[in-house]
Amino acid sequence: MIYREAGQFKTSYAADQQLFPIRQDRIGVLIVLAVAFLAIPAVASEYWFSAILIPFLIFSLAALGLNILTGYAGQLSLGSAAFMAVGAYAAYNFQLRIEGIPILVSFACAGLTAAGVGILFGLPSLWIKGFYLAVATLAAQFFIVWCLTKFPWFSNHSSSGVISAQKIVIFGHEFASPREKYLLVLTLVAVMALAAKNMVRSSTGRAWMAVRDMDVAAEVIGIRLMPTKLLAFAVSSFYCGVAGALYAFCYLGSVEPDGFSLDMSFRILFMIIIGGAGSILGSFLGAAFILLLPIFLDIALPRMAGLLGLPFSNATVSHIQILLFGTLIMFFLIVEPHGLARLWQIGKEKLRLWPFPH
Amino acid sequence: MQFFLEVLIGGLLSGVMYALVALGFVLIYKASGVFNFAQGAMVYLAALSVVGCMEKGAPLWLAILLAFVIMTLFGIATEKFVLRKLVNQPPIALFMATIGLAFFIEGLAPMLFGSEPRALDLGIVDEPIPAILDAWGIVISKFDLVAAGVAALLVTTLALFFQYTRIGRALRAVADDHQAALSIGIPLQHIWAIVWGIAGFVALVAGLMWGARNGVQFALTFTALKALPVLIIGGFTSVPGAIVGGLIIGASEKLAEIYLPPVMQSLFGGNFGGIEGWFPYVLALFFLLIRPEGLFGEKHIDRV
Repeated sequence: MIYREAGQFKTSYAADQQLFPIRQDRIGVLIVLAVAFLAIPAVASEYWFSAILIPFLIFSLAALGLNILTGYAGQLSLGSAAFMAVGAYAAYNFQLRIEGIPILVSFACAGLTAAGVGILFGLPSLWIKGFYLAVATLAAQFFIVWCLTKFPWFSNHSSSGVISAQKIVIFGHEFASPREKYLLVLTLVAVMALAAKNMVRSSTGRAWMAVRDMDVAAEVIGIRLMPTKLLAFAVSSFYCGVAGALYAFCYLGSVEPDGFSLDMSFRILFMIIIGGAGSILGSFLGAAFILLLPIFLDIALPRMAGLLGLPFSNATVSHIQILLFGTLIMFFLIVEPHGLARLWQIGKEKLRLWPFPH
Repeated sequence: MQFFLEVLIGGLLSGVMYALVALGFVLIYKASGVFNFAQGAMVYLAALSVVGCMEKGAPLWLAILLAFVIMTLFGIATEKFVLRKLVNQPPIALFMATIGLAFFIEGLAPMLFGSEPRALDLGIVDEPIPAILDAWGIVISKFDLVAAGVAALLVTTLALFFQYTRIGRALRAVADDHQAALSIGIPLQHIWAIVWGIAGFVALVAGLMWGARNGVQFALTFTALKALPVLIIGGFTSVPGAIVGGLIIGASEKLAEIYLPPVMQSLFGGNFGGIEGWFPYVLALFFLLIRPEGLFGEKHIDRV
């Protein structure tokens, strides 16, 4: 009833090929954007911006990057945090060493640097796949973090590799308050998410999915594996690199290489498993879920313990958190391998027939 | 030269410890095609349950026995509640499920047995053997030697078990071809439960050795990360490969840790410790360039 495409006729190729072919989707996306750009800045508090909304957007972007690589191109990577680190340190160094470079240009350059590093560590994907590749990306994780810690040039000779991000100034306006930073991050994430949505339905995206589903067959039908896989690594690392730059500049302000740990890579991987591999929407849902769950547990568990009269220490709460993460991963893989995005899709199918299902 | 030999032997002996963990990976991969990322967490669980039982007042032998029971039950439960539900899923999904399993154990184990680091005393001292020290001036720890002996014993036992028992034959059949094994009446699920039980046993041995050496603490889970390059070098399907790979990684990372930083320091200046952390992975990457299936792995043929 509400969500039905009946009566929406396509009379031109442009109409047929638009990004959101159904009117309800278009309206929905516009509403989400309007809420994000207009309503939230008007009502949200500083805590919401700096503790929930900004990290949510940044991790969505990183998850989007990994989703392109793992969900669409089928190359498992356990090194996303390292590519974020590359982005963060590259943006810092571009700002530091090139006089007067606009911040957005240095973000883009940071993304490109991460893309270059991504291609380098993606090279093994040409002759190995599956968990062999996962192990190869672990090499990236450990090697990059080590490099950033040990070569003092990257952090401008600060102790233990800590960098403090420079001020963000665009066209003479300084983005200092969490609200302004949120709007900046939101704009970048929205643009990049739209770009990704477009990319995955182009011939490039179809080539990625063909490689994911069966690379030998893809090769047989004339998809060149090398450029396809390397492009996936490059685009994915670009997204992760920009996310890393935003993580340093808009979220934490100062970062150290060890902050981009293997644990963070795993968390990004969990985001796409729970959110839905091979779905743009899933990256956002997964990031929201993984970020909100610990906050929810921090609040809920001590209360529950109080009700039941159990002594819960902080350590126990963090153990329960880890345990729940693990359980949820297994649960989703068994029950709904396509994640939250798939649940949303099922919901849409239901809405199509409501209130008169078969 | 003497120093070099000492580093080399020390590296080889610590390589044996890596091989112990890698062995667990190989067993499960061979029998079910699952790459079990949770092996490191299982090592942690095994070591913790031994220490936990001893704290409750059990003697060492009983604690080990109890830990063995726990690991076996855990392995069977994993097979029943996780892997059986994921039959016919792509290997990557199974791999990610074992990452989830690893987190599950890392949360559960400290809740059951406490998370503070503890010592595990097996009654073997970690001190140089005087006879060798006097004769050649090389420091070889008694403990390392015992660990090597245990690993050798374990591998021999497993090899004999695989080669000569009924269950061993069934295991090899399942490893070769699930479907064919099923069609001649081998109960696949029993076999998988047994394999997970054996992997739990190997994790227990590795947990005892690592726990006695470095103390029982959360860092034990990272042993799995060290075992991954070992597998790449040795091949995922080969028990001897795990041993040889472990030795190569152990020796080369210790040598790199000693001999590379001075070279890099003279080139770039600064402090370059901690090469151990990534060197095995980069070495494994180079091995992948030359032999993608590992030294002893089976060549994989893709069909459309």
